[in-house]
Amino acid sequence: MTEGMLFDIKRYAVHDGPGIRTTVFLQGCPLACRWCHNPESQGTVLEKGDQTDGTRPVGRRVGVEEMMAEIERDVPFYDESGGGVTFSGGEPLAQPEFLAAVLDHCGRHAIHRAVDTCGYAPRQTLLEIARRTDLFLYDLKVIDPRRHAELTGVDNEPIHANLAALCETEVSIELRMPVVPGITDTDANLRQLVALVEALPRQPPLRLLPYHRAAMDKYRRFGLRIPLPDTPEPSEDRLREIRSILTSSAVVVVP
Amino acid sequence: MNERVQRLRQKSYETPVTLSAERAKWITEFYRENIGRYSVPVMRARAFAWLCEHQTLYLGDDELIVGERGPRPKAVSTYPELTCHSADDLRILSTREKTPYLVTDADIELYEREIIPFWRGRTMRERIFQGLPDAWKDAYEAGIFTEFMEQRAPGHTTLDGKFYERGLREFQADIREALDRLDFLHDPEATAKREELEAMHIACDAVIRFAERHAELAEARAAEETRPERRKELERIAATCRQVPAYAPRTFREALQMYWFMHLGTITELNGWDAMNPGHLDRYFYPFYRRDVAAGELTEEEARELLQCFWIKFNNHPAPPKVGVTAEESGTYNDFTNINLGGILPDGSDGVNALSYMMLEVMDAIHLLQPQGNIQLSRKNPDRFLKAACRVIRKGYGYPSVFNADGVVEQMLRSGKRIEDAREGGTSGCVETGAFGKEAYILTGYLNLPKILEITLHNGLDPRTGKRIGAATGDPRALRSFDELLVAFQRQLRHFVDIKVAGNQFIEQMYAARMPAVFLSVLIDDCIRNGKDYNAGGARYNTSYIQCVGIGTITDSLSAVRTHVYDGDALSMADLLDALADDFTSDPALRARLAGETPRYGNDDDAADAIMCRVFDMLLDVIDGRPNTRGGVYHVDMLPTTCHIYFGSVLGATPDGREAGKPTSEGISPVQGADRRGPTAVVKSAAKMDQLRTGGTLLNMKFLPSVVAGEEGLTKLGQLVRTYFRMDGHHVQFNVVDAETLRDAQRHPEQYRHLIVRVAGYSDYFCDLGRALQDEIIARTAQGEGAEGE
Repeated sequence: MTEGMLFDIKRYAVHDGPGIRTTVFLQGCPLACRWCHNPESQGTVLEKGDQTDGTRPVGRRVGVEEMMAEIERDVPFYDESGGGVTFSGGEPLAQPEFLAAVLDHCGRHAIHRAVDTCGYAPRQTLLEIARRTDLFLYDLKVIDPRRHAELTGVDNEPIHANLAALCETEVSIELRMPVVPGITDTDANLRQLVALVEALPRQPPLRLLPYHRAAMDKYRRFGLRIPLPDTPEPSEDRLREIRSILTSSAVVVVP
Repeated sequence: MNERVQRLRQKSYETPVTLSAERAKWITEFYRENIGRYSVPVMRARAFAWLCEHQTLYLGDDELIVGERGPRPKAVSTYPELTCHSADDLRILSTREKTPYLVTDADIELYEREIIPFWRGRTMRERIFQGLPDAWKDAYEAGIFTEFMEQRAPGHTTLDGKFYERGLREFQADIREALDRLDFLHDPEATAKREELEAMHIACDAVIRFAERHAELAEARAAEETRPERRKELERIAATCRQVPAYAPRTFREALQMYWFMHLGTITELNGWDAMNPGHLDRYFYPFYRRDVAAGELTEEEARELLQCFWIKFNNHPAPPKVGVTAEESGTYNDFTNINLGGILPDGSDGVNALSYMMLEVMDAIHLLQPQGNIQLSRKNPDRFLKAACRVIRKGYGYPSVFNADGVVEQMLRSGKRIEDAREGGTSGCVETGAFGKEAYILTGYLNLPKILEITLHNGLDPRTGKRIGAATGDPRALRSFDELLVAFQRQLRHFVDIKVAGNQFIEQMYAARMPAVFLSVLIDDCIRNGKDYNAGGARYNTSYIQCVGIGTITDSLSAVRTHVYDGDALSMADLLDALADDFTSDPALRARLAGETPRYGNDDDAADAIMCRVFDMLLDVIDGRPNTRGGVYHVDMLPTTCHIYFGSVLGATPDGREAGKPTSEGISPVQGADRRGPTAVVKSAAKMDQLRTGGTLLNMKFLPSVVAGEEGLTKLGQLVRTYFRMDGHHVQFNVVDAETLRDAQRHPEQYRHLIVRVAGYSDYFCDLGRALQDEIIARTAQGEGAEGE
């Protein structure tokens, strides 16, 4: 029996792909981004974290059947809105067998499938999952390799190579970049982003995700050190500027 | 909004609500002089005519649409023939903190001198209470049910489009024809019919006269007017009031004024519940609008201004003041006029037109307490229309509410209506389904479901008073299974519904015999043809509703009993009853367990929702299809107004962990805070109820502003609604506000005077609500994205 480790399921997720979706958050992530919104998903915090907050403990094992039953609960909403299921995390590609099994089931039941990934996974895994996926939400953060390693803990070369490989397949892709002031929104990073995207075999659209400080509370709750205590949320003006910088390149920004 | 509209709006908003004894004075005078001289219907009609002839008129500067029920805006009439306020009632009304009605000393004196002495022992309220049996009174006093008709007349009705094509003179021709057809030789009711028809004829004259007096007043004002523009307006008003309502309107402006006189006529004659509802105004007014615009006689701007002036007139008419339990079940200035937009035309086509959008804009711009509006959303209506409505909803006034037009039609087909009548219908008041202009669909009272469970758990005793008011359905400690408990509950339910319906039948007949609504009867098919009053079964369709309250609380309570007493072995029924009796004070941990470890309604949990469905099936079994005395039958409605506060106040602790005295759940919404799995789960739970077998259900949802932000948030809110309706949901309404704002409004009411929130089937000023109701609204789950943790 394939089992997965989840840390949350959100119904009526309205920011994780088209339509009304159910987002399944898989536990565990190879990255440790300093701005992470879901620090409890990063793996080891599970044991240390304060579990008395919600009505469910953080992290639970589910089988494919149970997972499907939960996903199918909102089929009427997917049908009406062109929605479906999104696998996020954590990093869904870190649990490839479970993910593949659930995606196969969803495919048989004609449920639209999105995978929200950081792209840090073996090439083979990524392509296996891509065959079973309708839409990739592919995160790009800091393009400079050294900075990336500093801020997330891993090398981004495989992430970029994976993205290029993914662009050779048929799957739909939406690029996503968290706009973290002083970190990802610098002119240098934006220039490098444009260069990266322009070099891809095709140019998927890009969505900007403004950093928000709401996750601060989670860090507190889980007893974690707050990693970016002074980073503000990006201003509307800066977002507009970034949009116009990107619009003058080959990058298509999703409104 | 132009300056004129701004001034009118400001005046309507700021004028304090006062009580006017003028109607009471004229009616009393007429009754005193004419007692015994006429049949009941003719007496009613002549008293109404007397009032229309003598009532002080009001014609405000700036006004384009004219006519008030009282002598000035927000001066509320009283109806002593139904309920005669005591001098103490009046003083309390005048000085109470929430929703006061200012009363002058002169009016109190007039009441003491003339009105109270005349009506003592003669009012409907007294005669009804005298005639009801003790079992009814015991249940009423225990808070098992309420009674709508003890101080307001049957109402809840909605007018259709017929009087935009024909004036009252033409209705009078119909009446004369019906009189000519009377067959005294073979029809034993011919005499009664003649009296009723003659009364209708008089009532038409009365309203025409009322309009003519406005024409005379406008002409007199015009003669004195020095500003040429206003003089022209006054002359136009005069000409309009000479045309309508005697003859059919010819222009957009005349159509608006036509409705307004019908509205005033029906709410002056009697104080029927829900004031009066105009129905599908967008479709009725549209032909006039199109024609006038095409002819170059009306611009879009002028149409908008007229609509805004028209809108403000509703706000000038707060609800007649209630007393006692009825004031508790619906303590608000709102009189529940609810305008329908969109929907399906009688031929089955899309009913949305340019005015549907314009009226949404007017609703948004004016955003006063009244009138409130809804959209009747059909699968045939464009998404653009839904989105335009969601844009207003997002502002946070709580309106428009959203109804499933196709589901509403199906409900009416199920109850035997013609398809074109069903499509011409819609919803009014809070959420009640009806065939507009053709149906008397009367709410009779709320039913306290959790209280009936409480009585069941005490074998027929009311634990609050120790009095036996229910059936002996068995010692609950001796019930061996959950099913046995449900059987006992169903017997108890039948016991109380029998008492309620028996009372209703008597009250219905009292109104039929003593308090006909002769003017309203002119406007509702087929009262003229039948020669019968609206209150006596003259309408084409005659429905009675019982509104059931607390489905969430009773579902969770039953689920808790099943989970912890019958399925678990840690808790005995005896222990549970002891814990309820002391309101969990000796075992707070048990309360937390019952609340937290029970499958609860509103989470798309099949086990909990199946209990809800079983209770709902019992309600249908016990209520649906029972005959009333007007030739129609009973149906179930699931709406609370504010009765869940009152019903909670008479209810001890419940097995779902609810503490004694706290509100019950409202409508078909989950218990406040019990829904933890997001809005789609709430919608799915609610849709498991077969709502097509009701006459309306009410679902409240509260959203954080961030979730509905942006175009996408708007689209997805619309999609949530569409999905609910695909599953045959009847209605949903939204509060888009965060709890912190509401708490701040409690602390600083002076800064939030304008804050309007959704209460039940209507919106109200948050600061006008009682504290318990404010707290209840704050406690409702605010839907963020997704499930717990947010």
